[in-house]
Amino acid sequence: MVRFFLRRVAGAAMIMVIISVVTFVLFYAVPRDPARAFCGKICPPQNLALIRHNLGMDDPLFVQYWHWLAGVFTGRDLPQFGECAAPCLGYSFATREPVFSAILDRLPVTLSVTFGAAVVLLTFGVVTGMIAAWQQGRPLDKIASASSVIGASLQIYFVGPLLVFFAVDTLGLLPRPAYVPITEDPGRWFVHLLIPWLVLSIIFTANYTRMTRSVMIEQLAEDYVRTARAKGMSGRTVFLRFAWRGAMIPIVTIFGVDLATLLGGAIITEQTFTLHGIGELAVRAVQNTDLPMLLGVTLVGAFAIVTLTILVDVLYAVIDPRVRLR
Amino acid sequence: MTDATREREPAAWSGPGPFLSVRDLSVEFATEDGVVHAVDRLSFELEKGTTLGIVGESGSGKSVSTLAVLGLHDPAHATVTGEIWLEGRQLVGADERVMEGLRGDAVSMIFQDPLSSLSPFHTVGRQIAETYRKHRGGGRREARARAVEMLARVGIPHAAARVDDYPHQFSGGMRQRVMIAMALVCDPGLVIADEPTTALDVTVQAQILDLLTELQRESGTSIILITHDLGVVARSARRVLVMYAGRAVEEGSVREVLREPRHPYTWGLLGSMPRLRSDVDLPLLPVRGTPPSMLAPPPGCPFHPRCDHRRLVPGDACAADRPELSPAEGHRDACHLPLARKREIFDGEIRGRL
Repeated sequence: MVRFFLRRVAGAAMIMVIISVVTFVLFYAVPRDPARAFCGKICPPQNLALIRHNLGMDDPLFVQYWHWLAGVFTGRDLPQFGECAAPCLGYSFATREPVFSAILDRLPVTLSVTFGAAVVLLTFGVVTGMIAAWQQGRPLDKIASASSVIGASLQIYFVGPLLVFFAVDTLGLLPRPAYVPITEDPGRWFVHLLIPWLVLSIIFTANYTRMTRSVMIEQLAEDYVRTARAKGMSGRTVFLRFAWRGAMIPIVTIFGVDLATLLGGAIITEQTFTLHGIGELAVRAVQNTDLPMLLGVTLVGAFAIVTLTILVDVLYAVIDPRVRLR
Repeated sequence: MTDATREREPAAWSGPGPFLSVRDLSVEFATEDGVVHAVDRLSFELEKGTTLGIVGESGSGKSVSTLAVLGLHDPAHATVTGEIWLEGRQLVGADERVMEGLRGDAVSMIFQDPLSSLSPFHTVGRQIAETYRKHRGGGRREARARAVEMLARVGIPHAAARVDDYPHQFSGGMRQRVMIAMALVCDPGLVIADEPTTALDVTVQAQILDLLTELQRESGTSIILITHDLGVVARSARRVLVMYAGRAVEEGSVREVLREPRHPYTWGLLGSMPRLRSDVDLPLLPVRGTPPSMLAPPPGCPFHPRCDHRRLVPGDACAADRPELSPAEGHRDACHLPLARKREIFDGEIRGRL
């Protein structure tokens, strides 16, 4: 168990270093010069050189990377911006705010949208999938299966504005999507995020309905489920205690992948509902050729995904006693 | 829970008629290709405390007919007709709630592959205890104590420690013992063992069979032993039923059927089995041809396309008329050949090859 965690954490650290190197290299492959953007419209060469020097951009690439990496652990002193305490991800070229605190400010927005939606869609998906499996071949099954296909073929930027138009503008049922900190007012946090959650759920639930249905049907045909019936367990017990236990493993697997997709998809979600989260930060960092911000956002995303994979592996071991964490 | 207070009839069945009586049982499955006639008017009886071996090749309807005793066929896909009388109760068409109460309590089942048939997600103790609690009620602690007792009874060493282990932590033979402990936890009157030794090591097979026989002696359980291994039948059963294409083709005591088999299919079955004492140069004789499709079983005697002796029956009756089991009692078989003729053929051609 301890060995498992040590190995996985070491692996995760490696992955994050690799991702930061790749981002660094890719950034310099882009034919745009952040120093020029800093310099303004009329830019004498000596100013440009000075800015380059202050940004540390006249050092060789690997030296720049080393400074950046060291800063993450020990902090660094940047001539242009001042002191930057560890974990220092630098200062934004565009807004001059410290990257780390900018990300920290916006993280709750993205996490609220993503995890809230994840809870809603997992609940919906699994419940409808189980109903479909239970009612296999009957009308309820067909309704659930058909509506899941429709849901899966929709897009956030289509359903989102549509739902906002009807639920907010026309009927006035819900407030316009926005982020109210959960620490400030949990009730308002909830109602203001309801539309994004619902929209994401409509689209992603379909997968879970279909998958839950098919894995449940598969599990119900397993020998050990037949044994449970043969020893007098009721249909409901067999369904919930036996078949569902086996069905959880593929669902957890796909859910881990989808959570990562949802995080990545935060860009689209946040653009659609004008929420100020990490996704928006990422888009702006790209537009502004803002290397420190881009690196920061990429790393936070990578960190989340790597953590999720470890979590999924731990969950496997919880669900299935045959899985050993090594 | 009402189950907790309910006192079940003592295991000894003393009413009129046999303990288990199956009459004209048919099981049909509706599939996309048509109706599969898996079991066709099967009848047999089982006395209290005895073992009936059911033999036949894969697809002969052995398992399907016994699953019908437990009422485990999905009514959406399977049609079960006929009668199954257990201790004077008719089980075909019985209410699902009634069947639920019977399964694991009055009738229980031991399956072929204990690894896939036990839940990998629950400890063996819990799987045994939940059966007990379902039918007998009682607290967790009591059920757990009962599970330990059962594990010890089926010969699992250190039962008190192993009760919290998962099935994958046991060896194949030990797993089958767990399965048997689970099947016997409520002292059922009838145990159906569906190829209980097929998935096991040869050395373990005998141990499991002996265990079943021993437990039967202790508690007077009746056993239906499904197998394709005639050696298993010879070792454990009192009577044997030979099935072919969903029908009973021969029935009698083990001694009768194995020593003086009458049906040509039984001859084929015996001839295809290796024997330790026979001449090593004597080739094994497989039954010619392949088993029939149960979508369209052959008319008349289902074995006639593979039978070497059908020319001896006048008027090709084998392909036209279905032979019934005869005589009514004792050693019976379903074949158009006269009994004297079959004895003649067996003594003249078959016995020497076995």
